[in-house]
Amino acid sequence: MGEFSDIWNGLIDGQEQMTTYSIVLGRERHVFQDLKSVLACASPLKSGDVLAGIAASSNERRVAARYLLADMPLKTFLEDLVIPYEVDEVSRLIVDRHDWMAFAPVSHMTVGEFRDWLLSYDATAEKLLAIAPGLTPEMVAAVSKIMRNHDLITVAGKCEVVTAFRSTIGLPGRLSSRLQPNHPTDDPEGVAGSTLDGLLYGIGDAVIGINPATDNLEACTRLMVLFDRLRERFDIPTQSCVLTHVTTSIKAIEAGAPLDLVFQSIAGSEAANKGFGVDLAVLREGQQAALSMKRGTVGNNVMYLETGQGSALSADAHHGVDEQTVEARAYAVARELNPLLVNTVVGFIGPEYLFDAKQIIRAGLEDHFCGKLLGVPMGVDVCYTNHAEADQDDMDNLMVLLTVAGVSFLIAVPGADDVMLNYQSLSYHDIVGLRHQFNRPPAPEFEAWLHRMGMLDHAGRLAPASASGAFSRNLLSYRASA
Amino acid sequence: MTPFERDPFARFRNATRARIGLGRAGDALPTSAILDFQLAHARARDAVHGQVDFVALAKQLAPVPTVRIRSRAKDRTIYLARPDLGRQTNAADLPSSGDRYDIAFIIADGLSASAVEHHAVPLFKACMKRLGGFSVAPVILGEQARVAFGDEAAAAFGAEVAIVLIGERPGLSVPDSLGAYITFRPQSGRRDSERNCISNIHADGLSYEVAADKIVWIVREALRLQLTGVDLKENAEGAIEALPHQEA
Repeated sequence: MGEFSDIWNGLIDGQEQMTTYSIVLGRERHVFQDLKSVLACASPLKSGDVLAGIAASSNERRVAARYLLADMPLKTFLEDLVIPYEVDEVSRLIVDRHDWMAFAPVSHMTVGEFRDWLLSYDATAEKLLAIAPGLTPEMVAAVSKIMRNHDLITVAGKCEVVTAFRSTIGLPGRLSSRLQPNHPTDDPEGVAGSTLDGLLYGIGDAVIGINPATDNLEACTRLMVLFDRLRERFDIPTQSCVLTHVTTSIKAIEAGAPLDLVFQSIAGSEAANKGFGVDLAVLREGQQAALSMKRGTVGNNVMYLETGQGSALSADAHHGVDEQTVEARAYAVARELNPLLVNTVVGFIGPEYLFDAKQIIRAGLEDHFCGKLLGVPMGVDVCYTNHAEADQDDMDNLMVLLTVAGVSFLIAVPGADDVMLNYQSLSYHDIVGLRHQFNRPPAPEFEAWLHRMGMLDHAGRLAPASASGAFSRNLLSYRASA
Repeated sequence: MTPFERDPFARFRNATRARIGLGRAGDALPTSAILDFQLAHARARDAVHGQVDFVALAKQLAPVPTVRIRSRAKDRTIYLARPDLGRQTNAADLPSSGDRYDIAFIIADGLSASAVEHHAVPLFKACMKRLGGFSVAPVILGEQARVAFGDEAAAAFGAEVAIVLIGERPGLSVPDSLGAYITFRPQSGRRDSERNCISNIHADGLSYEVAADKIVWIVREALRLQLTGVDLKENAEGAIEALPHQEA
């Protein structure tokens, strides 16, 4: 703990008289007042948990909580809810949707036995997919807390979660990407420049997704039209998304805008979702509205959802639950909506929630693991802000780890610099490099398109000359405002 | 080579600052792009971790009197991890005078030392030119301070309106952007929705003169309407944002 105990002095977990869980290690008795306290203390050190006053007060106490967790039956998490059923619709969703039949193969296990089984050769992709509806977010969060980074990579690497709209995401051995052409004022030429640049790198098979500068309906519709015209003009097998509020997307659909995917930021408690201005009802309404458009060609997954550790705490809606466990609960919300894409924006929230690269990298691997195990098509925005203790070398580490872990998609912006949101993500180059290095082509429909356009060389790599080829000239002469 | 081959992205360069058309070395970014990026990140990091020279700042402000008040975050590492401490004043630094003022300026380091060093004094002077007739407290120099720090600090001077000039979170393209937050009847516990904010004050953003016009307009309206925040909106389009705004 060392330096951190000074920084966060006075905010460590308090101990009250009513105690439920305790363990003796050596000469010390470690007492935890409830299940969520065990989960919080078992979590790897995160600045957000310390800020919330729920982190372990010593390194030994952290491991004590992990010993307790390892011996805890998985069934415990169905009986003892970290946020009460009565006060939270996400808790109700988790309990009401729990599939006992799917749970049966692991229902007798403790968290520790569950970890061993997940890592065993017996836990195949098929079996992992079959038990997903029987797992709750708290179970997967719990097991992740007693897993090392490589455990998280190994197990997530076995999970296969496949979704589709105009391209198919999550097939084994593939790596998809979101092209993020943000612009501080949504200038059509500026957005087009970033988009065309990304297409020349073969980016955008998961989605061409822009964070609009305003939530204004007309502005968002203009962007939808811009992307849709571009897609039709070059016959690109992908989908676009303007990442505006779900209610704005619903209005756009009602107005007949060419909308592919409905976007929304979500979190793991009813109160945190309220902070985003949503609840399960409006999310379902958004899904139904998008389905009514019938714009998918190879599949019907129409939702794009974003999450991230710390959002419930920053909305003061975490109910004393640690930031990783609340995050896993967001995936229960996601799972309900059959999304095409879900991603954690892992380093975006700032150092008061994830202090440095070590915490950001761990959180990225946790989120990807928990999402995949729950059956969610999990991607990651590998990113950081300028006031976090991280740099591009750390992003290199995380992107490689996630590619090895079979991440569904990664986000990329021109030169890794997002000029609208003022943070750093991956560059288009990074995606190309990962694809070549690990032999992970993009979605098959998109790969075929790149072939048709003459963008790939004989080895299936992006051709060095692609930026000056005939297709590139044609693409770059595209006029956003024509 | 045709112009197209030299830089096929030339036509987009006026429309976006995004790092487009960088070319590549194998799969990687070319050397010049890597170094340009690292320079921008280094400047942003130096802005975050830089220390405002408050002694020099006080000299620049003279003869205007100044008071240095620290927050409860005693260094930068604590400041970044514990925003709650950066919002509270160090009680030992607070004055005990019973004076009352119309306005208190708080110059706070926030997340960019270079923003404060480049822009705070000229902006303050531009505001003062427009504030004849108002009583203004000694300028509070806030160390390791967040926006809400201004509430406690201004309340200690009995000020009706707090004007916090603070370094914004640096981006790669602008490491020295200053923000101004105006709060009527500042006191501990004020919500962000009870403030008005003018952001992006820097060389390529809002000029001191325009920013000062807006700040002083808000101050006058705040005193007339007895409020700030979401219920105080300027008519000119896009001129003033009501909070919540980005964390600073």
